[in-house]
Amino acid sequence: MFDTLDPVLLARIQFAFTISFHIIFPAFTIGLASWLAVLEWRWLKTGNVVYAEIYRMWVKIFAVAFGMGVVSGIVMSFQFGTNWSVFADKSGNILGPLLGYEVLTAFFLEASFLGVMLFGWNRVSPRMHFAATVIVACGTLISAFWILSANSWMQTPQGFRLGDDGLLYPTDWLAVVFNPSFPYRFAHMIVATYLTTAFVVGGIGAFYLWRRKHEKHARVMLGMAMIMAVFVAPTQLLLGDLHGLNTLEHQPAKVAAMEGLWETQRGAPLVLFGWPDQEAQTTRYAIEIPKLSSLILTHDLDGEVKGLKEWPRDEQPPVAWVFWSFRIMVGIGMLMILTGVMALVLYLRKRLFTTPWFQYWCMALTPSGFIAVLAGWFVTEIGRQPYIIYNVMRTAEAASPVGSQPIALSLAAFVVTYGVVFGAGVYYIARLIAKGPAAEETAYGDHGVPKPPLVAPRVTAKGGEHV
Amino acid sequence: MFNLEPFLDLPLIWYSLIIIAVLLYVILDGFDLGVGILFPFAPSDTCRDRMMNSIAPFWDGNETWLVLGGGGLFAAFPLAYAILMPALYIPVTLMLLGLIFRGVAFEFRFKAESSRRIWDYAFHFGSLLATLMQGMILGAVVQGIDVEGRSFAGGSFDWINAYSVMTGIALIFGYALLGSTWLVMKTEDATQDWARKSASYVLGYVGLFLGIVSVSMPLMKASIRELWFSLPNVFFLLPIPLLTAALFVLIWRDLHTGREYRPFFMSIGVFLMGYLGLGISLWPWLVPHQVTYQQAAAAPESQSLLLVGTAIMLPVVLAYTAYCYYVFRGKASHESAY
Repeated sequence: MFDTLDPVLLARIQFAFTISFHIIFPAFTIGLASWLAVLEWRWLKTGNVVYAEIYRMWVKIFAVAFGMGVVSGIVMSFQFGTNWSVFADKSGNILGPLLGYEVLTAFFLEASFLGVMLFGWNRVSPRMHFAATVIVACGTLISAFWILSANSWMQTPQGFRLGDDGLLYPTDWLAVVFNPSFPYRFAHMIVATYLTTAFVVGGIGAFYLWRRKHEKHARVMLGMAMIMAVFVAPTQLLLGDLHGLNTLEHQPAKVAAMEGLWETQRGAPLVLFGWPDQEAQTTRYAIEIPKLSSLILTHDLDGEVKGLKEWPRDEQPPVAWVFWSFRIMVGIGMLMILTGVMALVLYLRKRLFTTPWFQYWCMALTPSGFIAVLAGWFVTEIGRQPYIIYNVMRTAEAASPVGSQPIALSLAAFVVTYGVVFGAGVYYIARLIAKGPAAEETAYGDHGVPKPPLVAPRVTAKGGEHV
Repeated sequence: MFNLEPFLDLPLIWYSLIIIAVLLYVILDGFDLGVGILFPFAPSDTCRDRMMNSIAPFWDGNETWLVLGGGGLFAAFPLAYAILMPALYIPVTLMLLGLIFRGVAFEFRFKAESSRRIWDYAFHFGSLLATLMQGMILGAVVQGIDVEGRSFAGGSFDWINAYSVMTGIALIFGYALLGSTWLVMKTEDATQDWARKSASYVLGYVGLFLGIVSVSMPLMKASIRELWFSLPNVFFLLPIPLLTAALFVLIWRDLHTGREYRPFFMSIGVFLMGYLGLGISLWPWLVPHQVTYQQAAAAPESQSLLLVGTAIMLPVVLAYTAYCYYVFRGKASHESAY
């Protein structure tokens, strides 16, 4: 019944679906782990219990998100083989060790110390607990290092040779790991995860302020988030620009698709909006700013920018996807920078925590980071098509010798499973947010109110630690 | 370029490392999955809370050995990975789906109130499905896989037959033995009593299935028959079944004399023996009777690079894994831990 469907297309949809689902969680947990480490450090340093209470609220959310990231990540490690076995066979010599290092240096670290982080409160010292948090945070960054190196190598491959048997062989490991696009992609992605987390935390903080609940905690959340918006969001613009220039050097067709430019020209305009029509090889209804594209990409008003027509049609990426995803990503980035500016102005007027419209604004931007991260990955992954390894191996040549039927059925199973798991995960995270920090401690504990008699005694350690 | 090939038999070292990683996975996640298999049969919700708490800090690390096994196979033997994964497309996918439900159940169950029952069953059926598929994958692989050139050449449903269903059920009982003896060690009172009863019950089935597999393997392939029953091999290999039998007797006795720790470690011993027997029968194949570990080996440069990392990191990983088990030593409580 699925025989009319192209197995390669189905495999691509399956990979796109499972990786898009997966990346949502690391995009959140990488930033969250680092933030939790900062919170715990502030708590140990100042003894201010507000930090500990925020930590304890968010570590539960972290656990849910991390769990979903782990289970959807294991799927990825098998998909290279199930759906892309020819790719696995040919590139195994190069990508295998990179993924092996990810498991050895990151996955075990995260997985093992996560247990201490979640369940170790009254089993290890506060210092050791802090160490566990820092180790988990480092694990998430190390994991990102290896997987982004592997992905970047597929974008800008180097340090290898093509053997007589058709397999790829490494010739220079440093060149493989630190391939040209890797430093830019790594910096851009890590900063993206930090911003994603910041806007989630800021949005929840704004929500509490709006509801006039947990105000002490909410100020810390929104305040720390806005520090990120003020300083890190503009940095991301700079990093994105550098990444774009790097892409122009190594994958000019991707940049042409991002810009929606078909003709090679000097003084190329910046297409703000339009409808790229791949059939007609033109961008319809284009609203353009003259010469700006040349200025951005070559830093010269009359610099030459290559258009998509330089490449035969079967080597052009699907332009509309890349074009629109790029605009969504950049648009959200701009909103984040704007948020930072508004926060700064409000802060200087001492109204950062008391301005209702700004609270609505921050709540509305809560999911913005996720959308931007997904859009960014759409740009870079769809933009390198039709290649799986850029200029080395085509996606269509990489697929497994598996029929349409099992791929279609497993795709359907993944969609249903992920739908259920994601729905439940979001529901439980929403409930944790509704419950808020210190929900149990508000009436007593450190607030000077005597403990109600019917509550079970709680272990109190140094620093007013509630377990 | 950096290459250890002149000094070391890299494919053999990697073959051993992959075997060890898979063995560690089978033992470590085996008891987690076993707890999941036994989950709905526990006498009370308090028991279930204790069962869950006894493995909650560990399951994630334990499951990572599967990623190391899969990732290591990809890194060290890409050809075997590229043949086995398409051949096992459906069971691998089902196993992953099972592991997804099992994994999220840990986090969701702790947070759920009215819907807790749903995650109890997600935990149970996820564990059951993952285990059944792992057992069926084993059964399918030992029977052999169709290969042409460098690719899988069989059909999508080649992996289903009576034999693989049998090995699937066998592994369910095997993991249930690990899970129940783990609970004997990590719990007390009613939960422990129940785990002890379950363990002795499951033990019989494990013996039965181990017997069936041991008899069927030599019957399936003349080369395996020759390996086990020719002289002088028979004398070298005889200790394996004899030791296994001794372990069964000891576990049975310990379960009835109130020992807490030994049944678990001797259950691991049973798995070790079964694994050893299987490994000897399948040597030196990675894809049985088609591709040996030498044929599937990655470039020596690739195996060398990852070997350096493994030599440094594996002891570190084992050390902090041991530390985590040490932190959470002792009996599990039934109270929500965080």
